[in-house]
Amino acid sequence: MAHVIRPSEEEELSSFIAEAAESGVPIEVFGAATKRDIGRPLQVEATVSSENLTGITLYEPSELVLSAGSGTPLADIEDLLRQYNQQLPFEPIDLGPVLKGEAGRGTLGAVFATNFSGPRRIFSGSARDHLIGMRAINGRGELFKSGGRVMKNVTGYDLSRTLTGSWGTLAVMTEVTVKVLPIAEETRTLLFFDLLDEIAIDLMCDAVITPYEVSATVHIDQELVSHIAPDELASQGKSITAIRLENFSESLDYRIEQLRTQFQSYGDIELLNDAQSLEFWSSIRQLKFLQVSNDPVWRISTLPKNAAEVVRGIRAHHPQCSAVYEWSGGLIWLLMPPLSDAGTSEVRRSVGALGGHATLIRSDVSTRASVEVFHPLQKGPMKITQHLKNVFDPAGILNPGRMYPGI
Amino acid sequence: MSSLVLPEPDTAVLIKRNPLLKGLKKAVPGLDIISDEDGRRAFEADALTAYKMMPMAVVLPVNTEQVSAILKFCNQHNIKVVPRGAGTSLCGGALPCEDSIVVGLSRMNRVLDIDFPNRMATVQTGITNLGISNAVEANGFFYAPDPSSQLACTLGGNIAMNSGGAHCLKYGVTTNNILALKVVLIDGEVIDIGGGYLDQPGYDLIGLFVGSEGQFGIVTEATVRLLKSPEAARPMLMGFQSSEDAGDCVAAVIASGIIPVALEFMDRPAIHVCENFANAGYPLDVEALLIVEVEGSESEIDSLLDKIATIAQEFNPSVIRISQSPEESLAIWKGRKSAFGAMGQISDYYCMDGTIPTNKLSEVLSEIARICARHELKVANIFHAGDGNLHPLVLYDANNADEVRRAEEAGAEILKHCVRVGGCLTGEHGVGVEKRDIMYEQFSTVDMEQQTRIKSAFDPNWLLNPGKVFPLDETPQATADGES
Repeated sequence: MAHVIRPSEEEELSSFIAEAAESGVPIEVFGAATKRDIGRPLQVEATVSSENLTGITLYEPSELVLSAGSGTPLADIEDLLRQYNQQLPFEPIDLGPVLKGEAGRGTLGAVFATNFSGPRRIFSGSARDHLIGMRAINGRGELFKSGGRVMKNVTGYDLSRTLTGSWGTLAVMTEVTVKVLPIAEETRTLLFFDLLDEIAIDLMCDAVITPYEVSATVHIDQELVSHIAPDELASQGKSITAIRLENFSESLDYRIEQLRTQFQSYGDIELLNDAQSLEFWSSIRQLKFLQVSNDPVWRISTLPKNAAEVVRGIRAHHPQCSAVYEWSGGLIWLLMPPLSDAGTSEVRRSVGALGGHATLIRSDVSTRASVEVFHPLQKGPMKITQHLKNVFDPAGILNPGRMYPGI
Repeated sequence: MSSLVLPEPDTAVLIKRNPLLKGLKKAVPGLDIISDEDGRRAFEADALTAYKMMPMAVVLPVNTEQVSAILKFCNQHNIKVVPRGAGTSLCGGALPCEDSIVVGLSRMNRVLDIDFPNRMATVQTGITNLGISNAVEANGFFYAPDPSSQLACTLGGNIAMNSGGAHCLKYGVTTNNILALKVVLIDGEVIDIGGGYLDQPGYDLIGLFVGSEGQFGIVTEATVRLLKSPEAARPMLMGFQSSEDAGDCVAAVIASGIIPVALEFMDRPAIHVCENFANAGYPLDVEALLIVEVEGSESEIDSLLDKIATIAQEFNPSVIRISQSPEESLAIWKGRKSAFGAMGQISDYYCMDGTIPTNKLSEVLSEIARICARHELKVANIFHAGDGNLHPLVLYDANNADEVRRAEEAGAEILKHCVRVGGCLTGEHGVGVEKRDIMYEQFSTVDMEQQTRIKSAFDPNWLLNPGKVFPLDETPQATADGES
């Protein structure tokens, strides 16, 4: 890795970017670099990391609010929250090991730069839904803020959310403020086995429209269960469909029973207790199912009811691909066979026909250089995207071209 | 309020009013154009009635194509455009300018598609907030954000202001419940953003549009997230002898791991006015009242309310009363949701909308009392206690110019204090014209420039909803130099 600038003060970062903008020096921006290999390859002359902008600057458990430097390790934040029986409600995923890195190294800022949320997204909302304020430095080197430390705030435009999912191409976040929530008293999980994709999706969709507050659903192809915890589940070698409930223990007794009755026609139901459930969902959060190989991985957003057909369309060309459906099918993780183009045209064609968008999460650099990593935007949204890039980063120096040509 | 200045009218436009309206009629066949004085009068103000201005005309399009043609025409002829839903804005968000055309979306109120399996509905944005829930209620679903004006206010207005409501502690505000938008830009271009998926490709353009106060474009259709109704919900009332006790009780409930679906606070004056109006059975001999609502099965509700009541015991409650029937629950909510209307029957009032860190409640209430006493005005306070959104209602007599001025001054002082303690100027109503001149209390010049640059990128001539959000010295001339 070329020399990396790691400012520990906002002012230092601000002057660095201002100078780069002045002289037109393109900069690569990252936190702990755990997701550095996602996106179109960059041509840069300097590299800057936010990982020294650390520290939890505010935590008020009774107000459900936390602020921290963008480079603060997610693990530190989650450790602190756990001491107060609280958590980040959107259950951020850990892409580190999937991208051949270490686990638990990602930063808070990167969670929002990617807006990747975990299993609880379907119940609690996404990362962007819990973002309530931000400080950031734009491509001119100017430090600005948006939002604040209170949960409800509509003062001025919502620039914080605008920056979520921008992959460091608009501004470098220096501090973020998030809404946190209590950890449920107990977690339990209903498991179903050997269901076809369509059937599993029907089950998951029906489960989330019960009034029992299902907080996560996942369906894992049998080819991908081998790394899932607990071990005894993995060793069964069957596809798994899981439905999670989190609540007070006495509510769970009632709710589990209601779901069992409603879904008995889907076959034998196994139950994971609290400890087993935590272990299972932790392995989902860590995307263990993608750690079975180093082959290309796509992340596809679509409508739940179209998800199985999206995968079927791709399988027609690449029968060896395997899928995990989260969010009742709204999110598909697709592990492709080792193709030099990662199966891009078939993925795009199938997603294009049924609606949704696909991002290439894992592939080698030559593939990333030759195919679109992020889903190509329609003309209208691309026009707005270009407007925003020009507004935030007129010199085009921040992660230039990482998402789209010129963006 | 009396001192409001709107952007300088464009005399070149005003002088050509009649030919322009003729041209608009020709450019948009079938468009309903209201140009007579009586007709326009109905649109001269929104719910911030202290400000009034007659627009050049009001148009009531029936579809996206008409909205597109209207904006294209207005852009070509440099005519200002004020989008309007139901006109329930409390911050003058839909206040016309003299040289503007008001685009009212009230006729675009159809439900276009309901998709229960994927939990979403696509509607035109002139539909009322409650209209969405009504359309899906029979199937056991609802649309979550619930502003007090939900019977009248439109989804379009909710999107413009990122509206919240009493139940957003659990379900989030508008931006958390929108999955896709159809937007018409000032040049008439129609753009689809999002597609009903749980995240968007590229930048979060939904996040950008929601809360932009009608200044980036007109949203004509939206796909909203539908939620399954809980088995049941039930509120309880808890009365306290001080706002400190009530505030501490809220903190203790949240610390216990319970997030009620709603957590509402009223002070003594608010309790009396609401009780008088709604006969909700509120206790009248307390300084602070909490309405706490939880959801679940009947036995889960019993258990949760018991837990909350036990926690509350530590804070000297004078009254704890759990609703015993659906009728009682309705009455309890009727009292709270009619607070603004009830207050309106006894006095003119100026409704503030700051947000504060919740643990500053007592301090802020004392300061509000001091500010209002200094201005010789009465005040009642409604507070979304779970999320810190505070609505002081400053009472005044609209026929007394001096009281109007004092109310305006007191309001601004209250909001500045909210910012000083770590809060913000507006939690759910928006900036509109009302708070634009105190934006610098919360934002630096750089913060403001970052926003106005985006405005200029969407709408280079600042034709869309002018005079709102930013002090007038932030308008195009002032920002032109900063554009690349």
